[in-house]
Amino acid sequence: MPETPTKLVVDVSTGEKTRVELTAEEIAQREADAAAYAQELADAEAAAEALATLKASARAKLVAGEALTEEEAATIVI
Amino acid sequence: MGVEYSIMKKTLIERIDVDSSGESNVVFSSISQEYDGLLLICSVRNDSTNLTFDIHPNGSSADRTRTTIQGSGAAATAATGTDITPLQDSSAYTANTFASTSVFIPNYTGSQTKGFSIESVTENDATTSYQRLQAGLWSNANAITSLELSTASLFAEHSSFTLYGVSAGSDGSTSVA
Repeated sequence: MPETPTKLVVDVSTGEKTRVELTAEEIAQREADAAAYAQELADAEAAAEALATLKASARAKLVAGEALTEEEAATIVI
Repeated sequence: MGVEYSIMKKTLIERIDVDSSGESNVVFSSISQEYDGLLLICSVRNDSTNLTFDIHPNGSSADRTRTTIQGSGAAATAATGTDITPLQDSSAYTANTFASTSVFIPNYTGSQTKGFSIESVTENDATTSYQRLQAGLWSNANAITSLELSTASLFAEHSSFTLYGVSAGSDGSTSVA
């Protein structure tokens, strides 16, 4: 059975250090925090990939002399 | 006649250094209410691939929101969320490197919503390395008496967290009607 994670609590008024086991709620919160991070990372990577795709398409159309979509134009004209 | 300048004073409250065992969470408890603000300086690495850690005012996960802008070396992104999340170096980053983070919390003793002004950068010998600005809020009427920092796995050895109390200068206050 894995050990229960602990937290180091430092009472800054006295300097006393204690180690306390995380509660089930705190462990669940850590897992939720990690999941939120993973979701945000995935969203950011998807957004970056979509932008790169739009830019590549805009560049190709410019070279070919074709009309750009509004979204493609927005990647190169501010 | 000379000009008097108000000098902000920064007082070391406590420093926590992570030893070779690592730490899941670290907590600064019983924070004095005598200062005008708190400044938390962190040098952080963890043993997972997660690039952020969490701040829990008074151990709370509720009432937190934030807005983030971030650059990765390849792309710029913006995001919102219901947490407060500075950067930390991941285990995949260059060995013995640490993210640098500063967190300023003004008016932490008041009953108003507390702001968290966060500047954070990771360190990595690669194209991808992040820079993050984050405006965090803790919409809670309680004064902040403790700060809990948690990570997905363990804060790595040699990570450090230093908490300062910030006092306004004696003659620097301005009231706006």
